[in-house]
Order: sequence, then structure tokens, then C-alpha cells
Amino acid sequence: MSAHILPKRLYYTIFAILMFCTYLTVQIAFFDLGPLNTIAAIGIACFKATIVILFFMHVKYSTRLTWAVVLGSIFWFGILIALTMSDYLTRVWRTFG
Amino acid sequence: MLPEAAHHPHVPGLAHHFDNLEQQAEATTLGMWVFLVTEVLFFGGLFLVYTVYRTWYPEAFAAASHSLDITLGTINTAVLITSSLTMALAVHAAQLGQRKLLMLFLVATMALGLVFLGIKSVEYYQKFVEHHVPGPSFHFEEPQYAVHAQIFFSLYFLMTGLHALHMIIGFGIMTFMLWWAWRGTITAEYYSPIEIAGLYWHFVDIVWIFLFPLLYLLGRHAH
Amino acid sequence: MPSSTVLIPPHHYLNDGYGIKSWLLTRDHKRIALLYLASVTFFFFVGGAMAVLIRLDLATPAGDLVTDETYNKLFTMHGVMMVFFFLIPAIPSVLGNFLVPIMIGAKDLAFPKLNLFSWYIFVTGGLFTLYALITGGVDTGWTFYTPFSTVSSTTNVIPTALGIFITGFSSILTGLNFIVTIHRMRAPGMTWFRMPLFLWSTYATSLINVLGTPVIAITVLLVAFERVFHFGFFDPRLGGDPVLFQHMFWFYSHPAVYIMVLPAMGVISELVAAGCRKPVFGYPFVAFASLAIAVLGFLVWGHHMFVAGESVYSAMIFSILSFLVAIPSAVKVFNWTATMYKGAVSWDTAMLYAYGFIGLFTIGGLTGLFLAAIGLDVHVTDTYFIIAHFHYIMVGGTIMGYLGGLHYWWPKISGRLYNEALAKLSAGIIFIGFNLTFFPQFVVGYLGMPRRYHAYPPDFQVLNVLSSAGASILGVGYLLPMFYLMWSLRYGRLAGSNPWGAVGLEWTTTSPPPTENFTQTPIVTWEAYDYRAPAEGHVA
Repeated sequence: MSAHILPKRLYYTIFAILMFCTYLTVQIAFFDLGPLNTIAAIGIACFKATIVILFFMHVKYSTRLTWAVVLGSIFWFGILIALTMSDYLTRVWRTFG
Repeated sequence: MLPEAAHHPHVPGLAHHFDNLEQQAEATTLGMWVFLVTEVLFFGGLFLVYTVYRTWYPEAFAAASHSLDITLGTINTAVLITSSLTMALAVHAAQLGQRKLLMLFLVATMALGLVFLGIKSVEYYQKFVEHHVPGPSFHFEEPQYAVHAQIFFSLYFLMTGLHALHMIIGFGIMTFMLWWAWRGTITAEYYSPIEIAGLYWHFVDIVWIFLFPLLYLLGRHAH
Repeated sequence: MPSSTVLIPPHHYLNDGYGIKSWLLTRDHKRIALLYLASVTFFFFVGGAMAVLIRLDLATPAGDLVTDETYNKLFTMHGVMMVFFFLIPAIPSVLGNFLVPIMIGAKDLAFPKLNLFSWYIFVTGGLFTLYALITGGVDTGWTFYTPFSTVSSTTNVIPTALGIFITGFSSILTGLNFIVTIHRMRAPGMTWFRMPLFLWSTYATSLINVLGTPVIAITVLLVAFERVFHFGFFDPRLGGDPVLFQHMFWFYSHPAVYIMVLPAMGVISELVAAGCRKPVFGYPFVAFASLAIAVLGFLVWGHHMFVAGESVYSAMIFSILSFLVAIPSAVKVFNWTATMYKGAVSWDTAMLYAYGFIGLFTIGGLTGLFLAAIGLDVHVTDTYFIIAHFHYIMVGGTIMGYLGGLHYWWPKISGRLYNEALAKLSAGIIFIGFNLTFFPQFVVGYLGMPRRYHAYPPDFQVLNVLSSAGASILGVGYLLPMFYLMWSLRYGRLAGSNPWGAVGLEWTTTSPPPTENFTQTPIVTWEAYDYRAPAEGHVA
């Protein structure tokens, strides 16, 4: 943990961006964009989470070990989803022959 | 007693098995991050269940999601984001040794947490009145989606309930932090308890950042 | 005066405070290790009692010792007790807790109070599960497959699920403690690649504990909730998928088998180095193999579900990944063998367990490759072939590693030496008993005897009788160490700090060690397993 003291201005800026993204994601939800709705919603949520992690949780200024821990947790969650969904998404495919 | 101990006067806040405050702070921060990894996988299991059934029953999930109060959900999202701001400012105050400001921001964070839980209770009550609580009294307005909507509501209560439980635990942690700040235990040299409490609080906020669109924003356009 | 010439120091961790409060409120990782030793031994014998009844019933083809329902409860509790309350905690919480700080030159783990709390969590979970056992048991199998466990079973599923949920936090917090300790509390000069390989294995195990256990936690919680509230996640009548439970269950439970075997592999690395007085061959490869096992172990869980209803395409992915995960394990076996080549090979008790491990783990591991092949797995799944496979790894592997480590570090833990002749005899009895118990199970399983049945065709009786006879021999073998190890506490010869002449930080401090582990923080200037210099040269 570095003794990196960030300026309060940065926190207010991130706060404003988070609020704007919330407004954006709600507005987008009222339009029918097909599959883009889900992509937009998850995408905006990922962006919000990223800036909370980088700035509120100070990860941008943290050690490589902290980065490895954060990225590792996301990657492992990804394994859980991806390999399980590899079953669910291929069940309707016909088997050979 | 170790011969070395004679050279180390008691440093406030330093546990005896650590060499110095910096090592202790690095260890406790890493410890909190590793704990948050376990929380990612813990909530992750529920997100997996959500993903599977959202893929299987998209219309039922959209219909059920539409019955949630998007205004209250959005307000709650804003409340939690604000509480993350006040938490970050609390850590900032602690880093600068500003005791009164630290206490102020901790109280603000706790107050916003209570607002969140209050609004959540209102929402739960609404669901109860509408007979959307899974169980014998469950009734959904669109009968063709009823069975699968019950899965949605089961996930809704489970995921937001687990999230609310974590918020309550976070409130308890903040109470401890407030007490330590008041007692003067937290100084510019020793503020890592506030920092790691902040990490926990921000994590709980991040879980909600994902819960909100997945639970509230499906099917808004269709109806 | 170098600590190695003092036979027993006047002050050490065992006489640093007397009375039950000094043990139940201790923060000393060494005392906590002994608290775990007592608890896991207790649960091992509970699980063992279940095994005795199972093998007794299986000595005859008719299911005539107990009713069908009781038999279901016996194998369920055997599995639950052995997996969650013995195999998963044993080496990490007993040997790991004792050795991790000493091996890196630290005074304690990073979070001593959390360590004690982990033990209390473990015992609480165990008591919940014992309560479930005493008030009627569970009959779902340790795998809790839905919808039987969530809908139809009338037994104590919920207290067992809660017991496992609670105990899981003990694994999580211990893993967290080890990870932070190894990262942040190594002594000056103790770089990652100077660490004993036991620490690499423990670190890899801790990664699995932290990443996998939370998923089983939420899974058993969902089972309990579904039983109470009828949510429908795993109930087809309510739109749920029972196979989803299996995905979530095995996401943890496959890596769990690596939680069980990786620490044992770490022990074997230590035993082989000390027993051959040589550095482990290919140290970096063994270290990275531990990490590879931990990572790859998370990618293969679907091989438990080839016949459960997962898609053929995902089955193929899981099959190929399962072949891959065997590679780092094989690397370790090759490297231990290469270490023994031209080494001063000893026949001490600990080494006997190490040789046993290498042979039996190899057999168990190779049979795992058979099972990774979908076509063959379809034939032998849910037969005794599977049971033999995992017992070769868990018992022939993990328990041998555990006993070998317990014997190797016993002098350090207790300050005493055990009776070597009795110990060698027990090792031999265990090896013979084990093979007699489980090799026939490969045969009878391949011939088609299903698991979890206590009635079988009479053609299978000879093999079953051999297996039950072996089990009784194995039981004797396990009881003997209890007696001679306890006896040694009072009457054993004093060991001194390095009775084996081994290299490692733990051998530079007294036996038993002082509470703070070292009288002075060690400064490490030598590589791991540096047997060229005399052991005394490694005293800081």
C-alpha cells in the first residue's frame, strides 16, 4: 500500500462520472436495441466497476501483486462462467451422426 | 523475549510478530484483497445461476424484472455511489490525520448505508404485497411466465439479500472504525484499518453496480 | 552456543504457559497446529468407523449387516467426514500451520488471531456435522446431488450442508493467512526460489482454497435454501436444472482433490531431499508444477459429469484439459525419482512413506488418465474402479504423505524420537493393508460392480472379501502410530535440533522450538537443500 494521497478533486470527478454512467445505463434500458441492451448494460457496469477499483480502491497506484490479485479474481470468475456456459450453450447442438 | 525487542520501543498499533508498521500495513491490505477474491467467487456462484436461467428464460426474466421499481433502484444506486465517495474521502482524511473530518465522512457513509437498507426494505415490502415472494403465496400477473418468474424472484431476493447482509456487516465494521477514530487510534502513521474497511465497502458497492442492471434493467423497453 | 548442540531448551512453545486456557486462547501457530492435529485425528477415526461398517457389510454379497437406508448413510458420512474434516484440513492445518512461519524465518503467521478463529470455525462445523450424524445421518452421498438432496431425501441434509458451509471458512481463512504470510513475512535472504518446496505446494494449495471454497460455500447454501424455500434452481419441476448443481459442486470439488494431494506432494519433496541428502532435481520445475496443478485443476471439473447430461462438446473440452493436468503431476514424480538417483537413499520411516506415496500416487494418477477418456469413463463411472482410483490418491497418496510428514517432523514438534522399529513395522502394515484393500476394487469395478450398493452378485465376493481383509489390516496399521507417537512424548529419546541432519530453517532451531521460533531472526544466504555444506553451517 503506497502512501499515495490522491487529490479530493479526483474523487469528485470519479463520482460525477459514476453518476452520469448510472443515468446513461437507465436511459439506454428504455430503448429496444436487441442484444446491444445487454452488452451496453454490462459494459457500462464494467466501466463503473473499473474506475471504482482503480481510483476509489487505489489499485492504479498499487503494487503488481495487488493487480495480480484483482485480475486473478476476475479471471477465475470468468472460468466459472465460461466453462459452465460452454455446456449450456452447446446442449442444443446435435451430436455427431 | 527476543534480544532484538530491546531495540524496538513499543510502536502504537504494531503487532509483535511484524517487524514494522509498513510490513503490517502491506500484510493487512493484501489480506483484505485476498478476502475480496473469495467474495468475488462467492457472489460469482449466484451470478452463474443468474446467467444460466437468464439464458434459458429471457422473456420471463424480462417480465419479472419489469415489476421492480426502477426509480427506487436507481436512487439506491446513486446512494451507494455517494457512500463510496464519502468512504474514499474518509480514507483521505485519515491519511492526512484529520480526525474530525474522518469521523464526519464515516458517519456520512454509514448514514447513506442506512438509507440504502431503508429503501431496500420498502422494495421488499412492495414485493411482499404484490405476492412476488417465492413460496406458497407466489402469484405472477402473466401466468405463462409464472414458473420461471419465480426463479427470477428467488434470485432477486437471494442476491440482494446477500448483498444487504454484507452491507449490514459493513455498517458494523464502520461502527468499529468510528470508535477507533474517536479514540484517536487512527493517525496519519496508522490508518490501514480505515483503508481496508474502505476496500470492503467499495467491493459491496461494486456488487450492486452489477446487480442493478442485471435485476432492474431487463425488459424496460418491451412494455 | 549453536542451538544444534542443545538437546532440549529450557523454554519452548510447549511449556510456555500451562492449562487449558493457554491452549484454547493461544495465538501460537505451533499450538494451533496441535489443536488441529487433535481434531482431524478425531474426525479421521469417525470416518474410519464408517469405513469399518461398510467393509463388514461388503464381505457378503447380500446387504445383510444394515438396511439399505443405513448403508446410504454410512457411505455418505464416510465421505463427508474424510473429505471435509480430514483430507482437506490435515496437512495444511497441521503441518502447514506448524511449519510455514518457521520455514520462512518468521515469528508467526500474518494473522495469528485469525488462525485461532479458523480452528474454532473448523470445530464448530465439525460439531454441526456430527450432530447431523448422531441425529440420524444423511443419505445423499457426499456429493449431495440434486434434486434428491433438495427435494426427496428425508435425512439431515441441512445441518450437514451448514456444517460444511461453516468449515469451509476455516479453509478460506487458513489459505488467506498462508498467502499473505508467504508474500510478506519471509526472512531477509529468503527469496521465493530459496524456499523449501513444501512452501510452494502450500502456497498453491492456498490459492485453490481461496478461489474454490467460496463456490462450494454458496452451492451448499443454495441446497439448504432450496430445501427450505423450494426456490427451484435445481428442481426440473420448477424450471431448474439439476446439472447446474453438479457444475457448481464440482467447480470446487475437483480442485479440492488438489487441495488434498498438493500438500502431500510438498511433504514428499521435503522427505526425498532429506532422505537422499540431495537437492530436489529440477527445483524450478517442481515449484512451477505446483502452480500449474492449482491452475489447471480448475479447468477440468466436467470430467465428473460425462454421463450426467452435459453436452458432448463441453465433455470433450473437459476431457482434453483433464489429460493436460496429469502432466505437472508426472513432472513431479519424474523429478523425485531423479533426485533419488545417485542419492544417499535412506530407509527411515519417513522415507518408506515417501516411496509408498510415489508408487501408489502414480497408480492412482495413471488410472485417472483412463477416466479422462470419455469412452472408457462411460464404462467404469459409478463403479468401484472410481473408488479405487481416488482411494489410491487420497489414501495411498495423501495419507502416506501426511504420515510421512508427521514422522519426519515429529522430533521437531515434540522434541522426542519415536520407536523406529515400530514405526517401520506400521508403515509396512499400512502399505500391505492398503493395497490389499484397494487393488481388488479396481478389478471388481472394471468387472462392473457399482459403487454405493451393499448388495452385489456373488461372483464378486472373493474380491470383496480380500478388500475387507485388507481394510482390517489397514486399520491396525493406522492405530499403531497413535500409540507409539503418544508413548514417545513421555518416554522417547530426546531428539535435538536436527536428528536427521537435514537442511532447512526448521532444523536450525531447537526441538521443540521457542514460542517465537528463533532466538534471532535468521538471515538466509544458502539455497534450498544445500547439502554440500554441513547442517550446522546454516545456523544464522
